[in-house]
Amino acid sequence: MSRILVPLGFLLLMVLFWLMLDRIDEGKYNPRDIPTEFIGKPAPAINVPDLYDPTRMVQTADMKGQVWLFNVWGTWCPECWREHEYLLELSKTVPIIGLNWRDQADESRAMLARLGNPFKQIGFDPQSNVAMDWGVYGAPETFLVDAEGVIRAKHAGAMTPDVWEQKFRTYFEQGQGKP
Amino acid sequence: MIRSFEFRVLKIVFALLLLAVSVAGQAAIETYRFDETSQEESYKKLVAELRCLVCQNQNLADSNAELAHDMRRKTYEMIMAGKTDDEIVDFMVERYGDFVMYKPPVKSTTLLLWFGPLLFLLLAATVVFVFVRKQKQKQPLVSTQQQQQVHKLLDE
Repeated sequence: MSRILVPLGFLLLMVLFWLMLDRIDEGKYNPRDIPTEFIGKPAPAINVPDLYDPTRMVQTADMKGQVWLFNVWGTWCPECWREHEYLLELSKTVPIIGLNWRDQADESRAMLARLGNPFKQIGFDPQSNVAMDWGVYGAPETFLVDAEGVIRAKHAGAMTPDVWEQKFRTYFEQGQGKP
Repeated sequence: MIRSFEFRVLKIVFALLLLAVSVAGQAAIETYRFDETSQEESYKKLVAELRCLVCQNQNLADSNAELAHDMRRKTYEMIMAGKTDDEIVDFMVERYGDFVMYKPPVKSTTLLLWFGPLLFLLLAATVVFVFVRKQKQKQPLVSTQQQQQVHKLLDE
Protein backbone atom coordinates (compact mmCIF):
# COMPACT_ATOMS: atom_id res chain seq x y z
CA MET A 1 0.00 0.00 0.00
CA SER A 2 2.62 2.56 1.10
CA ARG A 3 4.75 1.50 -1.84
CA ILE A 4 2.23 3.13 -4.15
CA LEU A 5 1.09 5.89 -1.80
CA VAL A 6 4.46 7.49 -1.17
CA PRO A 7 5.51 7.94 -4.81
CA LEU A 8 1.95 8.96 -5.63
CA GLY A 9 2.00 11.66 -2.94
CA PHE A 10 5.35 12.84 -4.18
CA LEU A 11 4.05 12.98 -7.75
CA LEU A 12 1.06 15.00 -6.56
CA LEU A 13 3.36 17.50 -4.86
CA MET A 14 5.42 17.76 -8.04
CA VAL A 15 2.35 18.42 -10.14
CA LEU A 16 1.15 21.09 -7.67
CA PHE A 17 4.57 22.71 -7.72
CA TRP A 18 4.61 22.72 -11.51
CA LEU A 19 1.10 24.19 -11.74
CA MET A 20 2.07 26.93 -9.28
CA LEU A 21 5.18 27.83 -11.28
CA ASP A 22 3.03 27.92 -14.38
CA ARG A 23 0.62 30.37 -12.77
CA ILE A 24 3.48 32.57 -11.62
CA ASP A 25 4.93 32.45 -15.11
CA GLU A 26 1.64 33.52 -16.67
CA GLY A 27 1.38 36.35 -14.18
CA LYS A 28 -1.82 34.99 -12.64
CA TYR A 29 -0.24 34.46 -9.26
CA ASN A 30 2.34 36.57 -7.51
CA PRO A 31 3.55 35.10 -4.22
CA ARG A 32 4.79 38.52 -3.14
CA ASP A 33 1.43 40.13 -3.78
CA ILE A 34 -0.21 41.51 -0.68
CA PRO A 35 -4.00 41.60 -0.53
CA THR A 36 -5.19 45.20 -0.46
CA GLU A 37 -7.16 46.14 2.58
CA PHE A 38 -8.37 49.23 0.79
CA ILE A 39 -10.72 47.67 -1.76
CA GLY A 40 -14.22 48.91 -0.95
CA LYS A 41 -12.96 51.62 1.38
CA PRO A 42 -12.85 55.37 0.80
CA ALA A 43 -9.64 56.50 -0.89
CA PRO A 44 -7.33 58.42 1.44
CA ALA A 45 -7.38 62.14 0.76
CA ILE A 46 -4.55 63.50 -1.34
CA ASN A 47 -3.28 66.97 -0.82
CA VAL A 48 0.21 67.30 -2.29
CA PRO A 49 2.08 69.88 -4.31
CA ASP A 50 1.84 69.64 -8.10
CA LEU A 51 4.96 68.33 -9.84
CA TYR A 52 4.92 71.24 -12.29
CA ASP A 53 3.80 73.97 -9.92
CA PRO A 54 4.66 73.45 -6.23
CA THR A 55 2.38 76.31 -5.20
CA ARG A 56 -0.65 74.40 -6.56
CA MET A 57 -2.07 71.44 -4.65
CA VAL A 58 -3.30 68.20 -6.23
CA GLN A 59 -6.43 67.10 -4.41
CA THR A 60 -8.61 64.00 -4.56
CA ALA A 61 -11.65 66.16 -3.90
CA ASP A 62 -11.30 67.55 -7.44
CA MET A 63 -12.13 64.12 -8.87
CA LYS A 64 -15.46 63.61 -7.08
CA GLY A 65 -18.11 62.30 -9.48
CA GLN A 66 -15.62 60.68 -11.83
CA VAL A 67 -14.12 57.24 -12.13
CA TRP A 68 -10.38 57.68 -12.25
CA LEU A 69 -7.05 55.91 -11.98
CA PHE A 70 -4.37 56.76 -9.48
CA ASN A 71 -0.94 55.71 -10.70
CA VAL A 72 2.13 55.71 -8.46
CA TRP A 73 5.38 55.93 -10.39
CA GLY A 74 8.98 57.09 -10.35
CA THR A 75 11.76 57.52 -12.87
CA TRP A 76 13.79 55.01 -10.84
CA CYS A 77 11.34 52.20 -11.48
CA PRO A 78 11.93 50.15 -14.65
CA GLU A 79 8.38 48.80 -14.80
CA CYS A 80 7.09 52.39 -14.87
CA TRP A 81 9.01 53.04 -18.06
CA ARG A 82 7.61 49.82 -19.48
CA GLU A 83 3.98 50.70 -18.74
CA HIS A 84 4.29 54.31 -19.82
CA GLU A 85 3.24 53.80 -23.42
CA TYR A 86 0.12 51.94 -22.39
CA LEU A 87 -0.77 54.63 -19.86
CA LEU A 88 -0.56 57.18 -22.66
CA GLU A 89 -3.04 55.14 -24.65
CA LEU A 90 -5.36 54.72 -21.65
CA SER A 91 -5.23 58.43 -20.91
CA LYS A 92 -7.16 59.12 -24.12
CA THR A 93 -10.29 57.67 -22.52
CA VAL A 94 -9.57 57.52 -18.77
CA PRO A 95 -8.55 60.26 -16.35
CA ILE A 96 -5.30 59.32 -14.64
CA ILE A 97 -3.87 61.14 -11.65
CA GLY A 98 -0.19 60.44 -11.13
CA LEU A 99 1.86 60.36 -7.98
CA ASN A 100 5.53 60.95 -8.55
CA TRP A 101 7.00 58.94 -5.69
CA ARG A 102 10.40 59.27 -4.04
CA ASP A 103 11.83 61.07 -7.02
CA GLN A 104 13.64 64.16 -8.30
CA ALA A 105 11.25 66.72 -9.76
CA ASP A 106 13.50 67.78 -12.64
CA GLU A 107 14.24 64.19 -13.70
CA SER A 108 10.55 63.31 -13.61
CA ARG A 109 9.60 66.31 -15.71
CA ALA A 110 12.36 65.39 -18.18
CA MET A 111 11.00 61.85 -18.51
CA LEU A 112 7.49 63.13 -19.22
CA ALA A 113 8.81 65.71 -21.68
CA ARG A 114 10.52 62.93 -23.59
CA LEU A 115 7.86 60.18 -23.46
CA GLY A 116 4.68 62.22 -23.17
CA ASN A 117 2.46 62.90 -20.17
CA PRO A 118 -0.51 60.57 -19.55
CA PHE A 119 -1.53 62.31 -16.33
CA LYS A 120 -4.19 64.95 -15.80
CA GLN A 121 -2.40 66.04 -12.66
CA ILE A 122 0.70 64.82 -10.91
CA GLY A 123 1.34 64.99 -7.20
CA PHE A 124 4.95 65.23 -6.07
CA ASP A 125 5.70 62.97 -3.12
CA PRO A 126 9.44 62.70 -2.40
CA GLN A 127 8.84 61.93 1.31
CA SER A 128 6.43 59.01 0.75
CA ASN A 129 3.66 60.73 2.72
CA VAL A 130 0.89 60.02 0.24
CA ALA A 131 2.37 56.70 -0.83
CA MET A 132 2.29 55.47 2.77
CA ASP A 133 -1.24 56.74 3.23
CA TRP A 134 -2.33 54.59 0.29
CA GLY A 135 -0.43 51.53 1.50
CA VAL A 136 1.85 51.56 -1.54
CA TYR A 137 4.76 49.16 -1.19
CA GLY A 138 6.27 49.27 -4.66
CA ALA A 139 6.03 51.03 -7.98
CA PRO A 140 4.17 51.09 -10.22
CA GLU A 141 0.86 50.65 -8.45
CA THR A 142 -2.48 51.61 -9.95
CA PHE A 143 -5.72 52.17 -8.04
CA LEU A 144 -9.22 52.65 -9.39
CA VAL A 145 -11.38 55.14 -7.54
CA ASP A 146 -15.10 55.35 -8.28
CA ALA A 147 -17.40 58.36 -8.46
CA GLU A 148 -18.06 58.20 -4.71
CA GLY A 149 -14.37 58.20 -3.94
CA VAL A 150 -14.19 54.50 -3.03
CA ILE A 151 -11.25 52.33 -4.12
CA ARG A 152 -12.59 49.52 -6.30
CA ALA A 153 -9.49 47.88 -7.73
CA LYS A 154 -5.75 47.87 -7.41
CA HIS A 155 -2.86 46.47 -9.36
CA ALA A 156 0.75 46.21 -8.20
CA GLY A 157 3.04 46.09 -11.21
CA ALA A 158 2.98 47.40 -14.74
CA MET A 159 -0.36 48.21 -16.36
CA THR A 160 -0.94 46.08 -19.46
CA PRO A 161 -3.91 45.47 -21.75
CA ASP A 162 -4.44 42.12 -19.97
CA VAL A 163 -4.51 43.71 -16.52
CA TRP A 164 -6.81 46.41 -17.77
CA GLU A 165 -9.16 43.81 -19.20
CA GLN A 166 -9.17 41.66 -16.07
CA LYS A 167 -9.23 44.19 -13.27
CA PHE A 168 -10.32 47.61 -14.50
CA ARG A 169 -12.30 47.84 -17.73
CA THR A 170 -15.73 46.81 -16.42
CA TYR A 171 -15.74 49.62 -13.86
CA PHE A 172 -15.52 52.21 -16.60
CA GLU A 173 -18.21 50.66 -18.78
CA GLN A 174 -20.80 51.06 -16.04
CA GLY A 175 -19.89 54.71 -15.75
CA GLN A 176 -20.39 54.90 -12.02
CA GLY A 177 -17.45 52.72 -11.15
CA LYS A 178 -19.50 49.78 -10.01
CA PRO A 179 -18.91 46.34 -11.51
CA MET B 1 56.14 30.00 0.69
CA ILE B 2 54.42 31.84 -2.13
CA ARG B 3 51.18 30.11 -1.35
CA SER B 4 51.18 31.21 2.25
CA PHE B 5 51.94 34.79 1.20
CA GLU B 6 49.03 34.80 -1.21
CA PHE B 7 46.84 33.35 1.46
CA ARG B 8 47.79 36.14 3.85
CA VAL B 9 46.98 38.80 1.24
CA LEU B 10 43.64 37.14 0.60
CA LYS B 11 42.87 37.15 4.30
CA ILE B 12 43.62 40.87 4.58
CA VAL B 13 41.47 41.66 1.54
CA PHE B 14 38.66 39.59 2.99
CA ALA B 15 38.89 41.34 6.35
CA LEU B 16 38.82 44.75 4.65
CA LEU B 17 35.77 43.75 2.62
CA LEU B 18 33.96 42.62 5.76
CA LEU B 19 34.79 45.91 7.43
CA ALA B 20 33.49 47.86 4.43
CA VAL B 21 30.26 45.89 4.41
CA SER B 22 29.67 46.36 8.13
CA VAL B 23 30.37 50.10 7.92
CA ALA B 24 28.02 50.43 4.94
CA GLY B 25 25.36 48.48 6.82
CA GLN B 26 25.56 50.77 9.82
CA ALA B 27 25.53 53.94 7.77
CA ALA B 28 22.19 53.01 6.23
CA ILE B 29 20.25 52.78 9.50
CA GLU B 30 19.16 56.16 10.74
CA THR B 31 19.16 57.15 14.39
CA TYR B 32 16.25 58.80 16.13
CA ARG B 33 16.17 60.82 19.30
CA PHE B 34 13.45 60.20 21.85
CA ASP B 35 12.31 62.32 24.78
CA GLU B 36 11.58 59.37 27.03
CA THR B 37 12.89 55.83 27.29
CA SER B 38 9.35 54.47 27.05
CA GLN B 39 9.10 55.96 23.58
CA GLU B 40 12.35 54.35 22.55
CA GLU B 41 11.16 51.02 23.91
CA SER B 42 7.92 51.33 21.92
CA TYR B 43 9.90 52.11 18.80
CA LYS B 44 12.23 49.16 19.24
CA LYS B 45 9.32 46.82 19.90
CA LEU B 46 7.33 48.04 16.89
CA VAL B 47 10.13 47.92 14.33
CA ALA B 48 10.87 44.39 15.47
CA GLU B 49 7.21 43.32 15.17
CA LEU B 50 6.37 44.98 11.89
CA ARG B 51 7.36 43.39 8.62
CA CYS B 52 8.97 45.10 5.66
CA LEU B 53 6.81 44.56 2.59
CA VAL B 54 9.63 44.74 0.08
CA CYS B 55 12.03 42.21 1.56
CA GLN B 56 9.27 40.12 2.96
CA ASN B 57 11.28 37.99 5.34
CA GLN B 58 12.70 40.89 7.30
CA ASN B 59 11.22 43.11 9.94
CA LEU B 60 11.49 46.88 9.80
CA ALA B 61 14.47 46.94 12.11
CA ASP B 62 16.55 44.63 9.93
CA SER B 63 15.51 45.82 6.51
CA ASN B 64 17.49 48.30 4.50
CA ALA B 65 14.78 48.80 1.87
CA GLU B 66 13.55 52.34 1.29
CA LEU B 67 10.03 51.35 2.23
CA ALA B 68 11.29 50.03 5.58
CA HIS B 69 13.06 53.36 6.03
CA ASP B 70 9.78 55.21 5.36
CA MET B 71 7.85 52.93 7.68
CA ARG B 72 10.40 53.40 10.46
CA ARG B 73 10.11 57.16 10.03
CA LYS B 74 6.32 56.95 10.15
CA THR B 75 6.53 54.80 13.29
CA TYR B 76 8.86 57.34 14.87
CA GLU B 77 6.64 60.28 13.91
CA MET B 78 3.56 58.58 15.31
CA ILE B 79 5.31 57.75 18.58
CA MET B 80 6.46 61.34 18.94
CA ALA B 81 2.91 62.49 18.20
CA GLY B 82 1.82 60.53 21.26
CA LYS B 83 0.12 57.61 19.51
CA THR B 84 -0.12 54.31 21.36
CA ASP B 85 1.47 51.11 20.08
CA ASP B 86 -1.94 49.72 19.15
CA GLU B 87 -2.82 52.82 17.18
CA ILE B 88 0.41 52.56 15.21
CA VAL B 89 -0.08 48.85 14.47
CA ASP B 90 -3.69 49.57 13.43
CA PHE B 91 -2.48 52.30 11.10
CA MET B 92 -0.06 49.88 9.40
CA VAL B 93 -2.59 47.03 9.24
CA GLU B 94 -5.21 49.31 7.71
CA ARG B 95 -2.77 50.06 4.90
CA TYR B 96 -0.72 46.93 4.44
CA GLY B 97 -3.01 44.24 5.87
CA ASP B 98 -2.34 41.57 8.48
CA PHE B 99 0.70 40.69 6.44
CA VAL B 100 2.56 43.59 8.02
CA MET B 101 2.45 41.88 11.42
CA TYR B 102 4.83 39.09 12.23
CA LYS B 103 2.24 37.84 14.70
CA PRO B 104 -1.06 37.99 12.81
CA PRO B 105 -4.40 37.73 14.65
CA VAL B 106 -6.24 34.41 14.72
CA LYS B 107 -9.14 34.62 12.28
CA SER B 108 -10.67 32.59 9.47
CA THR B 109 -8.05 33.56 6.88
CA THR B 110 -5.12 32.86 9.18
CA LEU B 111 -6.39 29.59 10.67
CA LEU B 112 -4.21 27.44 8.43
CA LEU B 113 -1.22 29.62 9.26
CA TRP B 114 -1.74 29.18 12.98
CA PHE B 115 -2.88 25.59 13.14
CA GLY B 116 -1.26 24.17 10.00
CA PRO B 117 1.81 22.99 11.93
CA LEU B 118 -0.44 21.19 14.43
CA LEU B 119 -2.22 19.55 11.50
CA PHE B 120 1.08 18.31 10.11
CA LEU B 121 2.12 17.04 13.54
CA LEU B 122 -1.12 15.03 13.82
CA LEU B 123 -0.62 13.70 10.31
CA ALA B 124 2.94 12.63 11.06
CA ALA B 125 1.87 11.05 14.38
CA THR B 126 -0.84 9.03 12.58
CA VAL B 127 1.62 7.80 9.97
CA VAL B 128 4.13 6.75 12.65
CA PHE B 129 1.38 5.05 14.69
CA VAL B 130 0.12 3.04 11.70
CA PHE B 131 3.66 2.12 10.68
CA VAL B 132 4.62 0.93 14.15
CA ARG B 133 1.47 -1.16 14.50
CA LYS B 134 2.10 -2.82 11.16
CA GLN B 135 5.64 -3.69 12.18
CA LYS B 136 4.39 -5.32 15.37
CA GLN B 137 1.92 -7.48 13.51
CA LYS B 138 4.64 -8.89 11.26
CA GLN B 139 6.11 -12.31 12.06
CA PRO B 140 9.41 -12.07 13.95
CA LEU B 141 12.41 -12.91 11.79
CA VAL B 142 13.52 -15.65 14.19
CA SER B 143 11.02 -18.10 15.66
CA THR B 144 11.14 -19.00 19.37
CA GLN B 145 12.33 -22.47 18.48
CA GLN B 146 15.27 -21.06 16.50
CA GLN B 147 16.03 -18.70 19.38
CA GLN B 148 16.24 -21.60 21.82
CA GLN B 149 18.59 -23.36 19.44
CA VAL B 150 20.83 -20.31 19.30
CA HIS B 151 20.97 -20.09 23.09
CA LYS B 152 21.79 -23.74 23.31
CA LEU B 153 24.63 -23.44 20.82
CA LEU B 154 26.02 -20.38 22.56
CA ASP B 155 25.92 -22.07 25.95
CA GLU B 156 27.96 -25.00 24.72
